[in-house]
Amino acid sequence: MKSSVVSAFIAVALAGSFLACDKGAKEIKIGGVAPATGEAATFGASTKNGFDMAIAEWNAKGGVLGKQVKMSFADDKGDPAEAATVWTKLIEQDKVCAVVGTVMSKCSLAGAPISQAAKIPMISTSSTNPKVTLVGNYIFRVCFIDPFQGTVGAKFAFEDLKAKKAACIFDVGNDYTKGLSEFFKAKFTALGGQVVGYEGHATGTTDFKAQLTKVLAASPDVLYVSDYYNDVALIAKQARELGFKGPLLGGDGWDSPKLVEVGGSAVEGCFFTNHYSQDNTSPEVQNFVKSYQAKYNAVPDALAALGYDATNIMLDAISKAGSTDGDKIRDAMSKEDFKGVTGQVKFDGDRNPVKSAVIIEIKGGKQVYKTTVNP
Amino acid sequence: MGSIFSFQQIINGLQLGAIYALIALGYTMVYGIVRLINFAHGDFFMVGAYVAYAAFYMFNFFLKVPQGNGMAFLVLIVAMIGGAVVALLSNQFAYKPLRYKPRLSSLVTAIGVSMLLEYLFSALPFIGPSPRGFPELLKKEMYHFGSAEISNYVVIDLLVAAVLMIGLTYLVRRTPLGKAMRAVSQDKDAAKLMGIDVEMVIGFTFAVGGAFAGAAGLLAGLTYPRIQPYMGILPGLKAFIAAVLGGIGNIPGAVLGAFIMGLAETFATAYNSLLGEGIAFVILIVVLLLRPNGILGEKTADKI
Repeated sequence: MKSSVVSAFIAVALAGSFLACDKGAKEIKIGGVAPATGEAATFGASTKNGFDMAIAEWNAKGGVLGKQVKMSFADDKGDPAEAATVWTKLIEQDKVCAVVGTVMSKCSLAGAPISQAAKIPMISTSSTNPKVTLVGNYIFRVCFIDPFQGTVGAKFAFEDLKAKKAACIFDVGNDYTKGLSEFFKAKFTALGGQVVGYEGHATGTTDFKAQLTKVLAASPDVLYVSDYYNDVALIAKQARELGFKGPLLGGDGWDSPKLVEVGGSAVEGCFFTNHYSQDNTSPEVQNFVKSYQAKYNAVPDALAALGYDATNIMLDAISKAGSTDGDKIRDAMSKEDFKGVTGQVKFDGDRNPVKSAVIIEIKGGKQVYKTTVNP
Repeated sequence: MGSIFSFQQIINGLQLGAIYALIALGYTMVYGIVRLINFAHGDFFMVGAYVAYAAFYMFNFFLKVPQGNGMAFLVLIVAMIGGAVVALLSNQFAYKPLRYKPRLSSLVTAIGVSMLLEYLFSALPFIGPSPRGFPELLKKEMYHFGSAEISNYVVIDLLVAAVLMIGLTYLVRRTPLGKAMRAVSQDKDAAKLMGIDVEMVIGFTFAVGGAFAGAAGLLAGLTYPRIQPYMGILPGLKAFIAAVLGGIGNIPGAVLGAFIMGLAETFATAYNSLLGEGIAFVILIVVLLLRPNGILGEKTADKI
């Protein structure tokens, strides 16, 4: 028993030393992390497609710093413990010079301290929790953060929809939906609007009528529902039953075909903020959509776009840094001003992108690009 | 503050109460007859919702039955049969073998049956754990009623619940089978001596309770159109509390308790949205402290 453990150790140590000798290799190695399996598996699959497409494009153009790029991909399974393990593996064993990923905030929060300690820059694709980049100065992200969506939603409601009175409904057990509603309320009030109702609901409930009756009594022009699509569909239906005619607004948690499937006509004419829309007519978006469809035979969603942008920005920073040294990549990253599929990306002092959001309207049961709102 | 007790909120509370009442009846009937708190009862409700969902697509796509009142009635019948069948099967395979064993064994078994149904439904590939939207069986119509908006769904919920409850009262009070049910609930051995097929009566009680839960599943699917394998847990728990509030084992008590629960939950949520989910459990604690036999319950020596 003991000898087998010892020999396993030796084998691992040998393998490690071989990999460590790999320094003079002809390729640049970066790590990629996404939940390829588990509860967020569809998110992970799209994100990985985005990674692969960006890398293939760079390699077709001759790679980075004259070398081909190779990605070591790891599956975090949507589990923070798993994320920490694969992060360590990528950095210690695979010797990657940067990490792109991951999707869920809780997993990025597990990986970020490891990247920070090893001084290996990382860029998260779609972790919107503000805490992620606050882990340290090697941690970046390509998506906007929760407060921003609430702010943009409020701006759109007040300026474009000319709403004067708004009400918010959110899930008290979920920081994401609470955060969105808080920032919506703050911005909407700051703009001169009035938030006439602000009601939470328990996680998993299906009866929202008591809350809705209460907020609708103050006759709001819009209803800001920062929930995920499952709850949004029910809230929309019950709000219509109680006689609400105005639009409902929300965040990227609405982005699912299930929203219209369950919500039906109740969500018609409603709006939500998102990272990107495939209907955006800008050439970057249209080229991306075209090549993605050619490669994967599917319309890219926001996660694919974010995975694609994150990889591009990281590789661009490496080529600008002229080195695979962690500090140099980080310095190049903080100076990035990259025109990506999900908007112009430029990092602020907390390494969050300052970028625009798109507003999507549900029209005829389809998601239709409405407008782009700048912060 | 004035809006907490508004007419609209009362309607909301009654609608919720009607669904709780149908579930609570099953709890209380089964308890009354075999002294078993059937924790799987909330899952019979879930099964009813899925059976209704399947029945709708079956009628709509394969048999091309036109959508309307007639079809909605058919779906209701199928959902009730579905609830009754799953209740009968649970009784046959899980509870009957333990009938004369210590009561705790049946109680633990009930928790087991509950989990079995939940995990079985999430494991079956054609059902799965993710929530589904429930189809609109009937076209939604809105009625203005003063300051309140009442949809035909509210009317249907209340009507179906009322008809079933009146039917049950008639069954229990006026038919020979109802007499047998009452006899078995009072004394199983004496009932057997009088020539009553006790097991048949118990099975029948389970079936009626299951059918009511199935009907509640359909109504909940219509009213709150999202179904998933764990949808029965919370309503089941709250209906159980409603049955305890009214006096478990007492049929009018269960209905009374359920409407009190529905209204209390709605008013509490309207007062402060964080209170709503908790009020049920506050009621349970208060009832157990002040009136452990419930509002209409008779005094008995032992209770679980």
